[in-house]
Amino acid sequence: MTESRVLPRKDLIAVLIFAALILLVLPLALEPFRLNLVGKYLTYGFVGLGLVLCWGDAGILSLGQGIFFGLGGYCMAMFLKLEASTPEATKIQSTPGIPDFMDWNQLTALPWFWRPFHSLAFTIAAVPLVPALLAFVIGLAMFKRRVGGTYFAIITQAIAAILTILIIGQQGYTGGVNGITDLRTLLGWDIRTDHAKLVLYFVSGGLLIACLLAAQLVRRSKLGRILVAMREREDRVRFSGYDVANFKIFVFCVAAALAGIGGAMFTLQVGFMSPSFVGIVPSIELVIFAAVGGRTSLLGALYGTLLVNWAKTTFSEDLPQLWLFAMGALFIAVVVAFPNGLAGLVQDSLAPVLARLRPQRAELRPTAPTVVDAAEQGGVR
Amino acid sequence: MTEPADFLLAVEGLTVSFDGFKAVDDLSFYVDANEIRVIIGPNGAGKTTVLDLICGRTRASAGSVRFRGRELTQLKEHQIVQAGVGRKFQTPSIYEDLTVFENLEISFPRGRSVFGALAFRRDAPVRERVREVASLIFLEPLLGERAEALSHGQKQWLEIGMLLIQDPALLMLDEPVAGMSVSERRKTAELLRRVLRDRAVLVIEHDMGFVEDIAHRVTVLHQGRVLSEGSMQHVKSDPKVVEVYLGH
Repeated sequence: MTESRVLPRKDLIAVLIFAALILLVLPLALEPFRLNLVGKYLTYGFVGLGLVLCWGDAGILSLGQGIFFGLGGYCMAMFLKLEASTPEATKIQSTPGIPDFMDWNQLTALPWFWRPFHSLAFTIAAVPLVPALLAFVIGLAMFKRRVGGTYFAIITQAIAAILTILIIGQQGYTGGVNGITDLRTLLGWDIRTDHAKLVLYFVSGGLLIACLLAAQLVRRSKLGRILVAMREREDRVRFSGYDVANFKIFVFCVAAALAGIGGAMFTLQVGFMSPSFVGIVPSIELVIFAAVGGRTSLLGALYGTLLVNWAKTTFSEDLPQLWLFAMGALFIAVVVAFPNGLAGLVQDSLAPVLARLRPQRAELRPTAPTVVDAAEQGGVR
Repeated sequence: MTEPADFLLAVEGLTVSFDGFKAVDDLSFYVDANEIRVIIGPNGAGKTTVLDLICGRTRASAGSVRFRGRELTQLKEHQIVQAGVGRKFQTPSIYEDLTVFENLEISFPRGRSVFGALAFRRDAPVRERVREVASLIFLEPLLGERAEALSHGQKQWLEIGMLLIQDPALLMLDEPVAGMSVSERRKTAELLRRVLRDRAVLVIEHDMGFVEDIAHRVTVLHQGRVLSEGSMQHVKSDPKVVEVYLGH
C-alpha cells in the first residue's frame, strides 16, 4: 500500500473554497473600507488556527492568546515607528530621531531593546519568535510541573493582565495606553493608501492560507494524533514513552507564533498597536471566535472568526450597547448546545447527506485497503 | 541475599507514605526474567501502589527499584517506559477519539520526541507490526474503527496490544480481566499465555481461577508488606493468607 497523499482531497477542496472566498470573492464584492475590516478579522484567524491545535486538539485552553498577538503586533509596530521617526521628521523634538512618545516622556536615547528593530529582517524573525520564546518560558514553567486545565487558563489570563499593566505603566518605552500610533511607511512604501491596504490584505490572506496548510500538516502527522491522545488520556501517552510536557510546550509555542504573525499583520493593516489588544477581554474574545466556529476544525475556526466579527461590526454600528450581551449569549449557546461550534453543526448535518450521495464508490473499493484507508483518514477530524 | 543484578526486577525496602500512612512499607521482592508473577491481596493492601511506584507514577519515600541493574526511582515515567517497563491501567486507558490503528501506532516505539513525531512516517514496518499485534488481540477486522465503539473487553485487549507493540521486557497488568464476560475472560487468558512468553509479567488480579491459570509465583500483600510468597499451592495453604484474604 502506498503512503496516502499529503492532504486528502476533501480537505484540499475545503481549503481551496476558503482561499477562493477570501482571495477572490470578498475582494471583488466589498468596497476597500469593508475589505480592510475583513483583513483585520483574518488576522484573528491566525490566533484561531493556533487555538485549534492548542485547545481543540491538545486540550490546553489558553486565555492569554492576546499576549502573543500583541507581542507580534508590537514587534511590527516598533519597526514601523522607528522608520517613521527619522531625525528629519522629528526635528522639533528635544531629542530628534526617537519615537515621539519617548520624547514626551523625557527619554533622551533609544532604549536598548528598541535598537534591533531598525532591521526589517530582525523584525520579521522576531514577530513569530518573541511570542514563541515567551510561550516556551511559560510552557516550561507550567507543563514541566504538570500545571494544566483551569489553572493554566487562569495563569495565562493573569499574564495577559500583567503584560497590559506593564505596557501601560512603562509609557516611555511602550507608548503606554495609546499604544504605538502614527505608523506610516514600510521601507518607504506608504501603508496608509487604499492600494497598500489592498496589497496587505492579499499578503495577509496568503499567509493565512499558508499557515492553515502548515497547521493541517501538523495535524496529519503522528504529532497531531499524539495531541488528541494527550487530551484524552495524558497518563497513557506518558506511559507509552512520551515526554508529555515537551509536546504541550511545542504546541503552545506554535500557537503563540501563529498569534504573533496575526498581530504583525494586524498592525500593518490597521496602522497602530495598543494594549487594548493584549489584555484579558481581547484574549477571551479570540477564544470565543474559535469556539463559535469550532475548536476542533481549522477552517471552522476561520469561518467562525469571520462571522462573529462581521456580526460584531454590524451590531456595533446599529446597537453598540447590545453587542456585549449578544456575544455573551453566543458563547453560552456554543458551550451548552454546540460544543464543536459551527463546524460540528455542519459535520452533523452534512456528513449523512454526503454519505448518501456516494454509496457506490464505497462498494467498488476492495475490502482490505478500506480498513487502512479509514485508519489513515482517521487522523484528521 | 542474592546479587540483585541476577534478577530482572529487584524491589528492595520500597516505602511510600501518604500523610504518614504507609501504603507500601519496606517491601522487597524479586522477579526473574520470563517469570509470571501475580500479586494478590485484600483491598487497600497496596497492590496498585506498588505498580505505580515501579512505573514512576508515584515517587517512593525510600527504597530502590532496580530493573536490569538500573535504578528506576529517579527516572521520569517516559524514561522508565523507554527502559522497557510497560504498564496497563485498571480501567481501560485508550484513546477513544482515535482509531484502533492509530491507538496502536502511537504506542509503536519510534518517533517519541516532538520532532521525531512530526517526521514519523507510517511505513511498511509500522503497518505490519500494527497488523501483527491487532491479529494477536483479536482486533484486526476493527483497525479502522474508532476505539470508542469497542466493547469493554475489546478495550482491555487494545490496551494490552498497545503495550505489546512496545515490546517491554517487563509488563505490568492491573486486573486485566476485571469486568469481562466469561468468554472474554477465557480469550484473555489465552491471549496472555501466548504473549507472555519471552518477557516478565507482573499481574494484579482478584480472580483466583485466572491466577491459578497463569501464575508462576504469587506474592500476597497485606497492609503494604509481603505476607507470603511462593507457588499458588504454597500460598493457598499458608494459614496467614487464609486468615486475611482467602478465608473471606
